Amino acid sequence: MSAAPASLRAGNDRLRRMVTPEGIELPITLASRGSRFGALALDLIFIGLAMLATTIALAMIAGGTFGEIAAKAHKTAIEHALEFLFIVWIAAMFLFRNAWFLYFELGPRGATPGKRMTGIRVAARDGGRLSAEMVIARNLLRDIELFLPLVFLLSASDGGDMGAAGIAATAWFLVFALFPFFNKDRLRAGDLIAGSWVVEAPKRKLESAMSVGEAARGKESRRTGVTYKFGDEELAVYGEYELQTLERVLRENRPEATVAVAEAICRKIGWSPGSGDERAFLEAYYTQLRARLEAGMRFGKRKADKFDGKP
Amino acid sequence: MALDLGTMFGRNTQSGDAALEAAALRSDRFRQEREGDWQRLEAIVTRMEAGRVRKLSDADVLELPVLYRTVASSLSIARETSLDAATLAYLEGLVQRAWFLVYGPRVSLGGWLRRFFGGGWSAAVRAIWVDLLIALAAMVAGTVVGWVLVAHDPDWYYALVPGQFADARVPGASREVLYGTLFGNQGQDAKSAFSAYLFSNNAQVSIMAFALGFAFGVPSLMLLVQNMGTMGAMLWLYHGQGLMVDFAGWLAVHGTTELYAILLAGGAGLHVGRSMAFPGQLSVMQAAGEAGRRAAVVMVGVVLMLVVAAMLEGFARQLIDTTAGRFTVGGAMLAIWTGYFFAFRRVPQGSAGA
Repeated sequence: MSAAPASLRAGNDRLRRMVTPEGIELPITLASRGSRFGALALDLIFIGLAMLATTIALAMIAGGTFGEIAAKAHKTAIEHALEFLFIVWIAAMFLFRNAWFLYFELGPRGATPGKRMTGIRVAARDGGRLSAEMVIARNLLRDIELFLPLVFLLSASDGGDMGAAGIAATAWFLVFALFPFFNKDRLRAGDLIAGSWVVEAPKRKLESAMSVGEAARGKESRRTGVTYKFGDEELAVYGEYELQTLERVLRENRPEATVAVAEAICRKIGWSPGSGDERAFLEAYYTQLRARLEAGMRFGKRKADKFDGKP
Repeated sequence: MALDLGTMFGRNTQSGDAALEAAALRSDRFRQEREGDWQRLEAIVTRMEAGRVRKLSDADVLELPVLYRTVASSLSIARETSLDAATLAYLEGLVQRAWFLVYGPRVSLGGWLRRFFGGGWSAAVRAIWVDLLIALAAMVAGTVVGWVLVAHDPDWYYALVPGQFADARVPGASREVLYGTLFGNQGQDAKSAFSAYLFSNNAQVSIMAFALGFAFGVPSLMLLVQNMGTMGAMLWLYHGQGLMVDFAGWLAVHGTTELYAILLAGGAGLHVGRSMAFPGQLSVMQAAGEAGRRAAVVMVGVVLMLVVAAMLEGFARQLIDTTAGRFTVGGAMLAIWTGYFFAFRRVPQGSAGA
């Protein structure tokens, strides 16, 4: 019998388990390949924009310097100034290419801007700390996975035709690009070297408690004046899976789904469905079913779904 | 969606304390009693994730681990007693986020650098000494091969030496021309832009030498052999005119540092490749992970060494115009690096390296 929320996500091959030092098992969902690709594309766009902006800014400064000093006709000063700007430019390009991923993945969120926007982050595969060494190792590999074949490809296709070099570069690129498709944890070559993986960063709001409604507390419905009270046999037909489905229906609160579910439950337990007060009915049924199942839980008796416990 | 379902239906508008008494289920009352702690933790975690650590009060920072444990225990209890899927999912997400912060990379960049220079780097270099020896052998072999090939047939020179180095330095060049490439350039300005370019280029090459280790180290070795073949060919060229010692001196100024860095990068790549090919007791994944993290430390050092090498190449070589002086600088750098890596054996605090 697995923990309750897992039953909803059963069959998800991206689900992994991680045990914290306190001994609590946490479910971890690996990032989908699509979101990782999206994150990478976003980051490359950002890096490209940052490079472009830096280049334009430096070019404008260079132009300004040129005019400034040309007036005084001081040649070596111009050269020194331009040389300095050139060094700044080379350093900036080097940093954008190599330090962008490093800087952001070492931060508290363990994610570059692209990863943040797609809701994923880097984590250590063994459940321990994500160390600086891991982040460095996984990003150094990016150089041969991505930048090298891309540069190679660009220079190979420069002459207009893609010769053997172009094909080799494409093959190289594909080997690394397809790497995550050939291992079960969807590791990129860099993740393999570093002992890291990319997981979904959870961000959930705390939803309201379910059993505070009036119908849930066993008071009469304000609309019809009826108090819904279910007997033991009427509650015994469903298990935890149905309870969670019902919870979802109640939280999503779509009228047509509410009506359909209320009718289905009525049929099952042999009530005659009324209409107009489905929500109060469902809240009451949900609360009493949950009370029953949770009471069973406290005595170590759980019922996974409606088929559980039948011969 | 945190819609208040009750208000949408026009009933149940009470909240707060009234709701605390109101929940019908024991598990929801459990939740209501602890909700405050959960939300406090969420607020702290959200602020830390946004990078606003400095704006957090000391009390909040101190409370993070305490709240983390409180919420973690709430989660274990809720798993045993509650069937509220949304609350369980919220708690799992919150505990995971807090866990990343409590057990996340706690060293700052500054702290990491202090540990790095204070022994982490040299320890990592010593840890891959076997691979350094193999890489060194490959480099020597590459030099010899380059020399032998060109000595056998000078046409090899054009294949081994890339065009940018083969301006005046081609087979058949006179002694004066070759001498001119080594001496008498001190009148020139320091080539700072040139050295910046060299650094960027060399750093990229050494990162590649490391990264190629992923293919079981073979490409790393090939890259080392190929690069040193170039040097072997040029050594032969200068030897032909009796200038080999002078050329070696010219190269030694920055070369001892630069070749050392390339040796480390190749060794680091080889280390990863070798660990994957022969993982020993560990699984391949574990072996690759440990070797990769150790090699990453070495690689940060390689990039720093290449900065030093580029500065020596851009500035020092123009200033020192005698072979003896050049050997002194180059030899001193060699001694400094070797001493730092192999004689400096302070164990850094905490677990550095792997």
